[in-house]
Amino acid sequence: MAKLVSRRKALVVGGGLMLAGCDKIAPTKPARAAFLGAEDLTYRVNRLLTPRNALAPEFSGADVSPIFRSNGTAHPGSPDYAKLLAGNFADWRLHVGGMVNRPLAISLDQLKKLPQRTQITRHDCVEGWSAIGRWTGPVLGPILQFAGLSSAARFIVFHCYDDFGGTPYYESIDLVDAFHPQTILAWGLNGQPLPVPNGAPLRLRVERQLGYKQAKYLHAIEAVASLDQIGGGKGGYWEDVADYAWFAGI
Amino acid sequence: MATPQSRPWLYRHKWPTRLWHWLNALTIFILLMSGLMIFNAHPHLYWGRYGANFDPSWLGIGPTPQGGGELRIYRLHIPTTGVLGHWKDAHGHIQTRAFPHWATIPGSYSLAGARRWHFLFAWVLILGGTSYVIASLINRHFSKDLKPSRTELQPRHLWQDIKDHARLRLPTGDAAGRYNPLQKLAYIGVIFFLIPMMILTGLTMSPAFNATFPQLLVLFGGRQSARSIHFLCAMGLLAFIVVHLVMVVLAGPVNEIRSMITGWFRTPPEKQRHG
Repeated sequence: MAKLVSRRKALVVGGGLMLAGCDKIAPTKPARAAFLGAEDLTYRVNRLLTPRNALAPEFSGADVSPIFRSNGTAHPGSPDYAKLLAGNFADWRLHVGGMVNRPLAISLDQLKKLPQRTQITRHDCVEGWSAIGRWTGPVLGPILQFAGLSSAARFIVFHCYDDFGGTPYYESIDLVDAFHPQTILAWGLNGQPLPVPNGAPLRLRVERQLGYKQAKYLHAIEAVASLDQIGGGKGGYWEDVADYAWFAGI
Repeated sequence: MATPQSRPWLYRHKWPTRLWHWLNALTIFILLMSGLMIFNAHPHLYWGRYGANFDPSWLGIGPTPQGGGELRIYRLHIPTTGVLGHWKDAHGHIQTRAFPHWATIPGSYSLAGARRWHFLFAWVLILGGTSYVIASLINRHFSKDLKPSRTELQPRHLWQDIKDHARLRLPTGDAAGRYNPLQKLAYIGVIFFLIPMMILTGLTMSPAFNATFPQLLVLFGGRQSARSIHFLCAMGLLAFIVVHLVMVVLAGPVNEIRSMITGWFRTPPEKQRHG
């Protein structure tokens, strides 16, 4: 019996050592290379296996979550945003710039006059929960085309009004996702204007990726050739500050 | 024929089996422990297509208003103070995350860090597992060692094996050189059911893979059901590991571990059977 107990202890100690080992290994260069290599492999294999325009599942009205919870920022506290909100976003403009031939400043009314798409899709938070909602808004692709996207552009960056301790939220996607038929700039959720906690007046829906890619409180879209000079250089707020994967398809 | 005196050496495990065993042991431990950390980010499980804080969950782990910790399964509340939902970290501070620091990778809360480990070793699981399956088809490990014979699957035979296990009466002599029927079924369950289920339910949680292969969502009844099944199958793997390790200890750990490293197994002495 004493033998058994000591073996069990050995197992617990073994598990502890492995855990301590993992925590020591994680920040090293080879581990970083392995982690980023795995993310890149996942991204490439996904792009290889998935047809460019394969749709995320869409649901029926009966599948919509009774309460669509919000996450992250519930209200960007800045005076600029407060002023826009007080004016019901009449003075708000979406700026489309960067590597485009024709920079744009689009009002909410103009956005609503563009070809719209309504889709009932599932929002998956990186934490594990899911909520289903009905999103309405113009498709992103035609807006980029109208702005005259440069052939050298590789990524679309979304700049937001919300910030965490002064660091502004932003996100970025590749051109495959930017021109995906379900990638829309949603101003409506469940038949209502987007509530403030969900990103009023406009948020990105990029349906084949996780929640943190769905940038809220948009104010500018920027076409770039590289993400190196944007924010911390990793392509998004959570990517920069907490090392979340840029490809959030899994 | 082994006599009580002669204990012949037996080449029991081929090299692909041994290599995959140890690679997979490491992989499963890292996936389990990083998976528990990922669970900590949202310690509730749901059935169906959606599920978030305002929706009814069937399982939850967390702190209680009374200042303890509990595991809730439907309406069953199981106190877990000290282990789940209320535990002391390495610095002696009380934490109220679901799984404690000694069970998770990383040891302190990091969803992003856990996801890095999880999705790196998910590739090791898939590529290593596929290589093992191909090698085991070629070297006939499956058909010679794992496939139960017709006789072994007879209810009377299985019942005898269950009784032998319950009495901790392990095979000796020649019989110890082969897998016994329950052992075969356990290994088959892990290799052909639990691990494939882990991979498939894992992929079903991927919004990108949902676009590639939406049929999996139908198969598992929605993303949140897939997440629940992923967790249950992980607990199944954990249960297998516990039983597996107990059996290794009971069967003679030095001989068993040596055979899984070098391949060579020394036949245990034949024992007189009573009753």
